[in-house]
Amino acid sequence: MILPIFRTAMTALRRDRAALALSFILPISFFAIFAIIFGSNRTSTPKVSLIVVDEDRSPASRDLVAGLEREESLNVRTAPPARKGAPVPQPYTAATAEAAVKAGDVSVALIIPQGFGAHPISFGPNAAGTQIEMLNDASDNIAPQMVSGLLQKAAMTSMPLDLAEQGMKYTEEYIGAFTPEQRKRMADNLDDLRQILDGRAADPGSSQGFDGLIRVEQRAVVGENKNNPMVSFYAAAIGVMFLLFTASGSAGSLLDESENGTLDRVLSSHINMTGLLAGKLLFNTLLAFVQLTVMYLFAWAVFKVDFFSHIPGFAVMGVCTALAVAAFGMLLASVCHTRAQLGALSTLLILTMSAIGGSMFPRVLMSDALKRAGLWTINAWAIDGFTKVFWYDQPVSTLWPQVTVLLSAAVALFAIARRLARRWEFA
Amino acid sequence: MSTAEATLVEVAAAPLVVESLVKRFGIVTAVDGISLELRAGECFGLLGPNGAGKSTLIRAVAGRVIPDSGRVAVFGFAAGSRQARAALGWVPQELALYPRLSARENLRSFGRYNGMRGKELEDSVAWCLHWASLQDRAGELTRNLSGGMKRRLNMAAGLIHHPRFVLLDEPTVGVDPQSRNRIFEMIEALRAQGMTIIYTTHYMEEAERLCDRIAIVDRGRIIALDAKEGLVRASFGERSQMVARFAGPADAVRAWVESRGGRMKEATAEFSADRPSEIGALLEAASAAGFELVDVSLRRPNLESVFLHLTGRELRD
Repeated sequence: MILPIFRTAMTALRRDRAALALSFILPISFFAIFAIIFGSNRTSTPKVSLIVVDEDRSPASRDLVAGLEREESLNVRTAPPARKGAPVPQPYTAATAEAAVKAGDVSVALIIPQGFGAHPISFGPNAAGTQIEMLNDASDNIAPQMVSGLLQKAAMTSMPLDLAEQGMKYTEEYIGAFTPEQRKRMADNLDDLRQILDGRAADPGSSQGFDGLIRVEQRAVVGENKNNPMVSFYAAAIGVMFLLFTASGSAGSLLDESENGTLDRVLSSHINMTGLLAGKLLFNTLLAFVQLTVMYLFAWAVFKVDFFSHIPGFAVMGVCTALAVAAFGMLLASVCHTRAQLGALSTLLILTMSAIGGSMFPRVLMSDALKRAGLWTINAWAIDGFTKVFWYDQPVSTLWPQVTVLLSAAVALFAIARRLARRWEFA
Repeated sequence: MSTAEATLVEVAAAPLVVESLVKRFGIVTAVDGISLELRAGECFGLLGPNGAGKSTLIRAVAGRVIPDSGRVAVFGFAAGSRQARAALGWVPQELALYPRLSARENLRSFGRYNGMRGKELEDSVAWCLHWASLQDRAGELTRNLSGGMKRRLNMAAGLIHHPRFVLLDEPTVGVDPQSRNRIFEMIEALRAQGMTIIYTTHYMEEAERLCDRIAIVDRGRIIALDAKEGLVRASFGERSQMVARFAGPADAVRAWVESRGGRMKEATAEFSADRPSEIGALLEAASAAGFELVDVSLRRPNLESVFLHLTGRELRD
């Protein structure tokens, strides 16, 4: 009894060419616009979560960690968050910190190596300070810059030449003049430093010869070989938002059928309300899944997202997401009494969910409160799942939290929709 | 109940039994204690003004309304039960069709909803298209069909699963006279097949033409139930109606007509007359009162007269 409903809905959709075209063209257009605009430029300054591993445990390294912890724009973790009732977790090691970055828990990790305390400061062109290793997720290009800047904050990295010249001046003033030989060597050194700084001015990206007071080696551990981190994010983000719109619009056929008496006629046949809703849920789920597939194929063709290496993960996340959004649409249609109501409510809810759920802006850049609020949206869980698949290359087994939440949401939303649909069953 | 027992019940039971049905919507009592029983093969008319409770009664028979009290049985099965739904065809007042599906696709969809498949379904679709004279437009999208064609398709969709008892809820609403005649022919074809029909309308001429028995419904109650002749006889006996128009001030004419036991209907005065000879006396009295007679006629009362007589109101308020 479900298939006839599905078949009817499919035929009706084919006839509504405008709706059919819009359901594919609109999301792709928005996706392309967002991908182009945000794909290469991000300018916000969020609070950054940072893992710090102190392998040195020297006074200097402890001071450095304490200094970082005092920074308001950093959320420094030295150990995983403690869980209620569980043993106190072990501090991060270089390996677990790298794993955490790869899993997307944080965007940046700093590894302070053994021996740092012996040579904490590197100064001048031939500095020999111990290097701190910075592990980062290439999808977030703001966080490493913030961490790097804050690390150097106290060391006045922008004024090494002035410091050196002032130091010479005060040395001659209070201790005595340099010998000609000393003066020549100092002048040579300053020339070398000037050349390095001039070269850095010509090429701001270069850090040749001078890396600040603390030497840092940056290494991307996630996404080093990927084309554009934001494209795969927006494929999921925009895709889910438009799935929600499409699903609510499609579920609105219930209201049309109620208004023109078709619903009554269907319910006076062998089909009951559960069968009717299940048939529509099946249709809307398939519609949403096809939409997502078209979206990712477009991302693959135009933005080089590696779709075909991630088909199992895509299939799992696609089905769960499609089911959840379809159930959400059914609920909206069951709540509303007219198309106009549905239009207004769905626009409001979907845009709100999309905003806090990360469809418009990455949740990683949001405040902790917004991040928590986002967990009440389908968008956040769907985007997290797709990001795991397409960015972090995680296996399907790691998708269980997203799958569990999305399927549970689908069941709960459908159950509520079924309950509300009782008003159509009998007067 | 076993299948054999169910079949026996179905064969023996009347197509429809309604007992003391009450349905309220908030403070409005749409159906107020209606009882009736249909005979197999009859066309039963429900005649009443808009809001009289006809559609609510029909929806209760279709199992789409839960009564506050009372009982509805279709061939012995509770309204809304699977057996009752299988035996019943419902043609709602609205055009309950999928506008973006063709006529044939609509019929197929509703056939499938009723559990039909394969050849049985295709044969039934072909019969319905023929019955509704829509063979030539079978592939046309429903939204592109004319109003009359949509009405016929709406009826056909209610009969796709070969019910033995059909509810026709004002099937001629909004159609032109030509389409109306076509619909009458369709209904007469069903009657010829022995189909039991409930036909609701507020067009008395339709009820007079099509129905064996007619229930006049007003304010949720059946105020009269009989064949047309029986209804007229019960209200008017053998009396005729004299219809006259008088020249003179409208208020004065109305006052005089009502003083003589008549009624004014717009500019026309209606009197009940036991014998044609009463006309002469009435005209003399009018002349004596100073009203000039414009025209006069004598006619047998019809269903509208019955309704007016019973309720004091026009059928189409």
